[in-house]
Amino acid sequence: MSRVWKFGADVDTDQIVPGRYAPYMLKEGQDVKDYAFIEARPEFAAAAAAGDIIVAGTNFGCGSSREYAPEALRRRQIAAIIAPSFARIFYRNTINLGIPLYESADIARALDDGQEVDFDFRQSKISTGETIYSLPALPDFAAQIVDSGGITVYVKEHGHFPGE
Amino acid sequence: MAQTIAEQILSHAVGRPVEPGELVTLRPDVIMAHDSLAPSVISILQTRLGLQHVADPDQCVLVMDHVAPASTVGTADNQNLVRAFAREEGIRLFEVGRGICHQVLIEEAIAKPGAIVIGSDSHSTSYGAVGAFGTGMGSTDIALAMGTGKVWFKVPETLQVFVNGRFNDGVEAKDLALFLARRLGIDGATYMAIEYLGLEWLPLEDRQTMASMAIELGAKAGIFPPSGIVAERFAVPEWLKFDPQAKAAKRIEIDLAELEPQVALPHSVDQVVDLSVIAGQKIDVVFLGTCTNGRYEDMRQAADILCGRQIAASTRLIVTPASRQELQRAITDDTLAVLLDAGATLTTPGCGPCMGRHQGTLGKDEVCLSTGNRNFRGRMGHPTSQIFLASPGVAAASAITGQITDPRDL
Repeated sequence: MSRVWKFGADVDTDQIVPGRYAPYMLKEGQDVKDYAFIEARPEFAAAAAAGDIIVAGTNFGCGSSREYAPEALRRRQIAAIIAPSFARIFYRNTINLGIPLYESADIARALDDGQEVDFDFRQSKISTGETIYSLPALPDFAAQIVDSGGITVYVKEHGHFPGE
Repeated sequence: MAQTIAEQILSHAVGRPVEPGELVTLRPDVIMAHDSLAPSVISILQTRLGLQHVADPDQCVLVMDHVAPASTVGTADNQNLVRAFAREEGIRLFEVGRGICHQVLIEEAIAKPGAIVIGSDSHSTSYGAVGAFGTGMGSTDIALAMGTGKVWFKVPETLQVFVNGRFNDGVEAKDLALFLARRLGIDGATYMAIEYLGLEWLPLEDRQTMASMAIELGAKAGIFPPSGIVAERFAVPEWLKFDPQAKAAKRIEIDLAELEPQVALPHSVDQVVDLSVIAGQKIDVVFLGTCTNGRYEDMRQAADILCGRQIAASTRLIVTPASRQELQRAITDDTLAVLLDAGATLTTPGCGPCMGRHQGTLGKDEVCLSTGNRNFRGRMGHPTSQIFLASPGVAAASAITGQITDPRDL
């Protein structure tokens, strides 16, 4: 089972990882994954577990291009993010790192904070026990990147970008 | 077929006409990384991609601006790693004190009309000021671009902003940029290229202010067709020209006659009000700087207001020039002397305290009025601190009174 962590609209990357906790600013032995939502939602930093899911409002991930924001979520093994819309750079960074992002206002609205769900990436489904939601298909290029486990893996394996 | 400026630039790079929505792979003219993210770019390039070298060193540029000079042993070690990489690969590196990447690349004409510039910084939309297609990307995209020489893009739709008239007294390009955020919202231009029209008369520094903030509306790029001062100072390719027949996905009009000084309230760039609504708000710190408003003209404007006056005893004024050139211009006349006489603190040219890492990090409950571009919660320091965004004129007037003040009321 995965826990749903629900957020509002316009969550910026400064909320996901404040610039003061960038890997550039950390000391030896510190890991950016421990600082995911460290100020905006300390209970996430303390308790988010591998396989958990983030659900949010519109424009998730706006602001800075800092890839260490989704990198912190990748290291926490966040399985998916569902929101009505994503900010452009964040969308790219997160897909590049191999985390699937689903644009769905209906599913984002239906899921509640703290809810336990089953997320099935292969079947593109989320089940709450009572309801099974079909997630929207990822765009083809994004699906290819996520299937490979990230764009660096894809490019190493194929020698080119998806669709090139 | 008639194309917008963004479509013209991407078509030229691909070698055939492209349309909004399609995915293209192309060779960017410039790939920029700064000290904050270059260490992760290098690590991804060498470890995850397993590449020992960049595809073309002449395509790459490195700039030390985010924490410059280094503030900790860790940042110092990281910067030395970047220096060694630049040396080994033969990549141009602009050192500590040279200035903010977006200012330096325009001063050096590395960003120029028709060029495609990708940067490890979201404010890379700034290059649109000179008619370049500038956009920010994360470390993995930058590492891939450096390693392969190429990058993929989804061709954006275009949002045209038609601006009529001229600024009222006391109103500046920053007010227009903030008003656009107010009108369109923080995601009002997501994945679109903004095309600013009717502003052939606008000075370059004001175009930089506007283009730097395109990302604050979610835009992929914010481009001024190269005209006026830009056409005089830069070579404009013959294929690059505003085409009134080009189809934009969205079009808005703004009349400058109705524009008043604007202030963005904490903690979102689109929470913008007329200054009169928030006048009198007490502030602890005024920050004059950033890629949005840290240039000579910004400092000059502040100096004109501060001349013969002192900042309030309860307020600090931090001035961070956008580049060494801009600082030198402020030294050549009396701009810097006036600012220092009024009680300003000068820091190294660069990003300054914009992202809360050094040179003026905010403490608990502190209130800052910044000429920068972002006021997200905790961006400049403690999560209970507050950031208001406004123009250099408002910043100077507010430093004198210790509260948010319309410069016309002094």
